[in-house]
Amino acid sequence: MTGRQRQRLIFAVVLLAGIGAAVGLFSYAFRQNLLYFYSPTQVVAGDAPAGHAFRVGGVVMNGSVKHDGLTTHFVVTDTVKTVPVVYTGVLPDLFREGQGVVAEGRINSHGVFVATQVLAKHDSRYMPPQVARALKAAREGHIHRTATTVARK
Amino acid sequence: MIPEIGHFALMLALCLALVQAAVPLLGAWRAVPEWIAVARPAARAQALFVAIAFGCLAWAFLSNDFTVQYVAANSNTALPWYYRIGAVWGAHEGSLLLWAFILAIWTVAVTLRGHSLPPEFEARVLGVMGLVSVGFLLFMLTSSDPFTRLFPAPANGRDLNPLLQDPGLVMHPPMLYLGYVGFSVPFSFAVAALLDGRLDAAWARWSRPWTTAAWMFLTIGITLGSWWSYSVLGWGGWWFWDPVENASFMPWLMGTALVHSLAMTDKRGAFKNWTVLLALFAFSLSLLGTFLVRSGVLVSVHAFATDPRRGIFILSFLAVVIGASLLLYAWRAPRIKGGGNFDALSRETLLLINNVLLVAACFTVLLGTLYPLVLEGMAVGKISVGPPYFNTVFVPLALPLVFLAGVGAIARWKRQALRPLLQSLWLPLAAALVTGSAFSIWYTGTVHPLVILAVVLAVWALILPARDMWRHIRHNQAAGRPWFRLPRHFVGMTVAHFGIGLFVLGVTLTGTNSLEKDVRVRPGDTVSLGGYTYKFEDVQQVKGPNYTATQARVLVFHDGRQVAVLHPQKRVYVGQPMSTTEAGIQPGLFRDLYVSLGQPLAGGSWAMRVYYKAMVRWIWMGGLCMALGGLVALTDRRYRLRARQEILPREHRFAQEASTPAPREA
Repeated sequence: MTGRQRQRLIFAVVLLAGIGAAVGLFSYAFRQNLLYFYSPTQVVAGDAPAGHAFRVGGVVMNGSVKHDGLTTHFVVTDTVKTVPVVYTGVLPDLFREGQGVVAEGRINSHGVFVATQVLAKHDSRYMPPQVARALKAAREGHIHRTATTVARK
Repeated sequence: MIPEIGHFALMLALCLALVQAAVPLLGAWRAVPEWIAVARPAARAQALFVAIAFGCLAWAFLSNDFTVQYVAANSNTALPWYYRIGAVWGAHEGSLLLWAFILAIWTVAVTLRGHSLPPEFEARVLGVMGLVSVGFLLFMLTSSDPFTRLFPAPANGRDLNPLLQDPGLVMHPPMLYLGYVGFSVPFSFAVAALLDGRLDAAWARWSRPWTTAAWMFLTIGITLGSWWSYSVLGWGGWWFWDPVENASFMPWLMGTALVHSLAMTDKRGAFKNWTVLLALFAFSLSLLGTFLVRSGVLVSVHAFATDPRRGIFILSFLAVVIGASLLLYAWRAPRIKGGGNFDALSRETLLLINNVLLVAACFTVLLGTLYPLVLEGMAVGKISVGPPYFNTVFVPLALPLVFLAGVGAIARWKRQALRPLLQSLWLPLAAALVTGSAFSIWYTGTVHPLVILAVVLAVWALILPARDMWRHIRHNQAAGRPWFRLPRHFVGMTVAHFGIGLFVLGVTLTGTNSLEKDVRVRPGDTVSLGGYTYKFEDVQQVKGPNYTATQARVLVFHDGRQVAVLHPQKRVYVGQPMSTTEAGIQPGLFRDLYVSLGQPLAGGSWAMRVYYKAMVRWIWMGGLCMALGGLVALTDRRYRLRARQEILPREHRFAQEASTPAPREA
């Protein structure tokens, strides 16, 4: 084997190993971290998985926010259906009634969504894109599913 | 009047950029010395006019000229003067002007060092930089003019986004852009060399200091950004794998690969093709980063622009730059000759592994960042990819890098015998294993294999450069030289590698040993966390220059002694609908005490989040240490000497090069 061939071989082996590792990790991580986003309409229809974490998004219904110590109860709506949500902890700065939010957690046996994390975005005009889409879809009467991969706290 | 001067200066700068791009490139192609000579004055004149435009915008901010729409949208008479300077690049239009201004600074820097380059090569480099400048100036003048007037002018402006009113953010964009735009220099060198058809070791040597400088600024910029998000966003995190953060991290990964690959091409003439490709990619990713942040495709903290026309312009610009440079590469690369030989175990191979790992890491970050955008573009649905994905893909690729950094630094070029390498490594390896695992178990109080592995690697990454430095010092002493006379490029590399150790240690221990607690407190209540007792004293209203804040006073006790008074705030800025959280932080070398105020609750009580952040400062110390390494490497004698050496005629220089060829093996 000449020097040139050896160099090509080393280069090819290292490169293939690197690409292999990257592709393997990528596909593994993607399968592991998939979480779905559902609108309240879908949750009420029972589309959301029962024993599994997912995200629900919509607008915080006016007059629905109740504080009980650190625990906050509120209702998320897509203007058609509603889902009651309970969350314990510090809420984001922009959490308020009429504001779009995304809550992450799972649904309990009483049909209450127990959130482990609540996200509200930074601009008052801003609505999380999934929420805007879900609101629109709910109003127009179709239902669709969107996949989300997100952080678990 | 001043804004019109700024606008006019931008138009003149565009004309000059066109001249700077077209005339020297044609001149170098046609070998017309008069046209080649246009490059330098055109580049400097262009830079002057961009600087005038930038100065005009800064003046508009300082003088509260709210007849300028951009100023009215991003400033306020109550805004302190230093934030008014920061507001110049606080939103879309101004940050593009900053981009163009920094490109002008780098261009002038190239003209100042240009005497060490062959004139037609310098002309090509400046021509390519001119093309990049044309793209950005055209973008600004067609869709993002910062000097647009507003009639009728408001009495006061809307104020800068409160999240950006922080000293970290005044410095963060300029540093980041110095890095981003700095990669335009190695990019232009690569394109010029491809046009020239003469990619040799000299090309790598010219590119090296520029790449190191850009990389250093990018490192500082990312570190500042991380520190800013930690202290301002109130979530206590130092990195969120937000697409905007990834946008700056991808060029960094590619740039780090380029810094190492250039060393290989410079010293050994190896992998020229690969190095050129990395130079093209590093700048392409910088442009992609600008596109991601500035086009509004991502909606996140940093993404202020939401005009799709702008996105289409930047996307087309990106396509032209990447497409043209890759076409040029495909056309020219097959002609590039290979370099010296090396064995399977050699510094070359280790650097190659470093490069492949960095590029693979960059590739996975790129996929995770772009995949949601592609899905959205194809109307499949909107998804977001979060930290678990990035942590899963990134950590396994980063750990071998940490392990190999110190090994690569001591391995020999060409051929490294296995036995001497093992002989010199077993002792540090044993030391790292013993102290690392002992320290990890003692510090975290648990036995967690991945944590122990990370701490062992961090200790390993600290020991190897330290010992390497010590060996060189001893060698100097034995030779009777002053102990501190070490080559700067070696010191720079060693300091930067040491920074990896600090960084990894900080990341690991912050992850394992930090504590957080959400509590409900009334004045007089106490909370215990991590051996510290936090006493919520009272809440007061305080007034800042352009905000009012609800400020809590939290006393922190440790072993019955008061160690800190923290003042977390909830701020409401004048004219802004949203409130912001200002965390109360007491920094420390080994721990931060961090309190942020949540929502007011019934009966005068408050929600409060309390953090104990272990060793979080080490993350930024590591980043700054890496940047310091870059700075030291930049002061190497080679770069100062070369300035004189390369005035020699070209034939002479090539003769020199040919006289020190790599010995060939059969």
